[in-house]
Amino acid sequence: MTLQEEQTIIEVAHPDLLREVDRLHADGYRLVQIGCTDVGGIYEINYSFDKGYHLKNLRLKVGPDTEVPSISGIYWGAFVYENEMHDLFGIPVSGINIDFKGTFIRTAKKYPFSVTRKGEDPCQNE
Amino acid sequence: MAFLKRSPWILHYDASSCNGCDIEVLACLTPLYDVERFGIINTGNPKHADILLITGGVNEQNRQVVKNLYEQMPEPRVVVAVGICAASGGIFRECYNIVGGVDRVIPVDVYVPGCAARPEQIIDGVVKALSILEEKRAKMKVMEQHSEEAGETA
Amino acid sequence: MPERIIVPFGPQHPVLPEPIHIDLVLEDEKVVEAIPSIGYIHRGLEQLVQKREYPEFVYVAERICGICSFIHSLCYCQGIEKIMEIEVPDRARYLRTIWSEYSRLHSHLLWLGLFADSMGFENLFMRSWRLREKVLDVLEDTTGGRVIQGTCKVGGVRRDIGQEKLDEIHRGLESFEEECRDLGHVFLNDTTVKNRLRGLGVLSKAEAYDLGAVGPTARASGVEMDHRETGYAAYGDLGFKPVIETAGDCYARCAVRLREVHASIDLVRRAIEEMPEGPIDVKVRGTPEGEYFSRAEQPRGEVVYYLRGDGTKNLSRARIRTPTLTNIPSLVKMLPGVQLADVPVVVLSIDPCISCTER
Repeated sequence: MTLQEEQTIIEVAHPDLLREVDRLHADGYRLVQIGCTDVGGIYEINYSFDKGYHLKNLRLKVGPDTEVPSISGIYWGAFVYENEMHDLFGIPVSGINIDFKGTFIRTAKKYPFSVTRKGEDPCQNE
Repeated sequence: MAFLKRSPWILHYDASSCNGCDIEVLACLTPLYDVERFGIINTGNPKHADILLITGGVNEQNRQVVKNLYEQMPEPRVVVAVGICAASGGIFRECYNIVGGVDRVIPVDVYVPGCAARPEQIIDGVVKALSILEEKRAKMKVMEQHSEEAGETA
Repeated sequence: MPERIIVPFGPQHPVLPEPIHIDLVLEDEKVVEAIPSIGYIHRGLEQLVQKREYPEFVYVAERICGICSFIHSLCYCQGIEKIMEIEVPDRARYLRTIWSEYSRLHSHLLWLGLFADSMGFENLFMRSWRLREKVLDVLEDTTGGRVIQGTCKVGGVRRDIGQEKLDEIHRGLESFEEECRDLGHVFLNDTTVKNRLRGLGVLSKAEAYDLGAVGPTARASGVEMDHRETGYAAYGDLGFKPVIETAGDCYARCAVRLREVHASIDLVRRAIEEMPEGPIDVKVRGTPEGEYFSRAEQPRGEVVYYLRGDGTKNLSRARIRTPTLTNIPSLVKMLPGVQLADVPVVVLSIDPCISCTER
């Protein structure tokens, strides 16, 4: 038996992000996670929401220095993911309700997942 | 371990471990293994502790915490690195944020292998630490005598 | 207005087995604001996917956390199996369920002990952990590891449990259940415990849902959400109903976990009774290409693995969202209004697992 779970991914444009998130919030979705992936020099940010075990993703594609608006005004708890996004990827996020300004996760290398580190050996202590 | 002369107190710190070794350290204190019957007590205060049990490969943020804890402990003190991560970084050795072993930050006296280290192994490690603690004590005594004698002649 | 002071809590603190740091803003004895800061266990293991081939990453996934270990590897394997369209044999699904539920039992009993310790109830702490050793004995007997099992793999499981052993486990459940009931009786009916926990750290249903709380933290506030309901592994065959409490305080969070202990025992019992015959794994060929959000229910709540493969032996991205990370906003909302002496109890009530949180 395979997993029976619906998952949808919807691409969203930068200026529409807050409106779309607001609509999902009004629809009674809960925020599951925000995660980033480096896809060849640009970031793909997945905002995952869930309602009745149906996973809905808003996918936003941004360049390395594009500022992303915070959704913590809509989902209060989003600050953990947004601070993480900033600390690990170096994506600037504007207007987080609890902004740690880069001290949420302190790392040995600054922004270890950033596209500017492309080609670097990701590991150490060999 | 036929006879324990003293009641050593233990300080436990989790330096980026996965919890596996930590809960086994705690399991040593609970009824099945019960090291407290030997007078070994887990304390939260570094200034009360004789033995530092440390798990995990140490990361950038807690490197200083580990150093502070070690420096706050009174002499003689013994450090036991519990688990393979504490010995070398283990499976996380290559991660960007891992320093790679406790001995890169503070001197380690006993290494307990295992992923996760079993309670029996941890107890063995502590017993080994006890004999090192005695040695260190004896050495300290000799040093003290020397300095006293030196003080008298001067 | 009384003077405000800031009390740092952690990273090294007697009640915390793991390091987390919280700055507590106090007015006299009362907390008015709590600011968490993490990072003491951040290892950066998500990047290891680029170094380890996808079947090997199971070992890394399992070591994200030594408490939720088995379910981490299960969630990862299910994600890869979904991407590669692998059908896992029935017996493997049932074995996975048994080990998942045993992990949950060991985790919940561990939590009950630590929770009792945070209240200063040392005797109850020791009793819970003594009972937990019975669970660990079964895990060690069937997998070889006490806290890290290493039995899950892409395409099935590594070890089978023989019929004789299954019968032995089944027989052992009766006395174990009895002991759990006795233990639960103290937690739920002792006057001191009740006085300490009732009405402490209340989280309403609306708040819990809106803050993205998961697991027992959400279910204690009446949010009906348990990923086992979707029927992964053998949960679909066995049938499953989430355990719900409505008060949303520390007492309710304790009650949810106690009732889940019994639900787990019941699931193990039925899984053993209905255990199908057959192989325990299938041969896996090829490499994963595609993406999937794999989800499973850990003792602490829903875990999400975002896996993305590009057709090579190494995944191009694994993003792991663990239950404690998403429970932190709830904790921040629970703490204001609580007295300083109750802070450890409230922090423990979400069952924080920091090494999961920071990866």
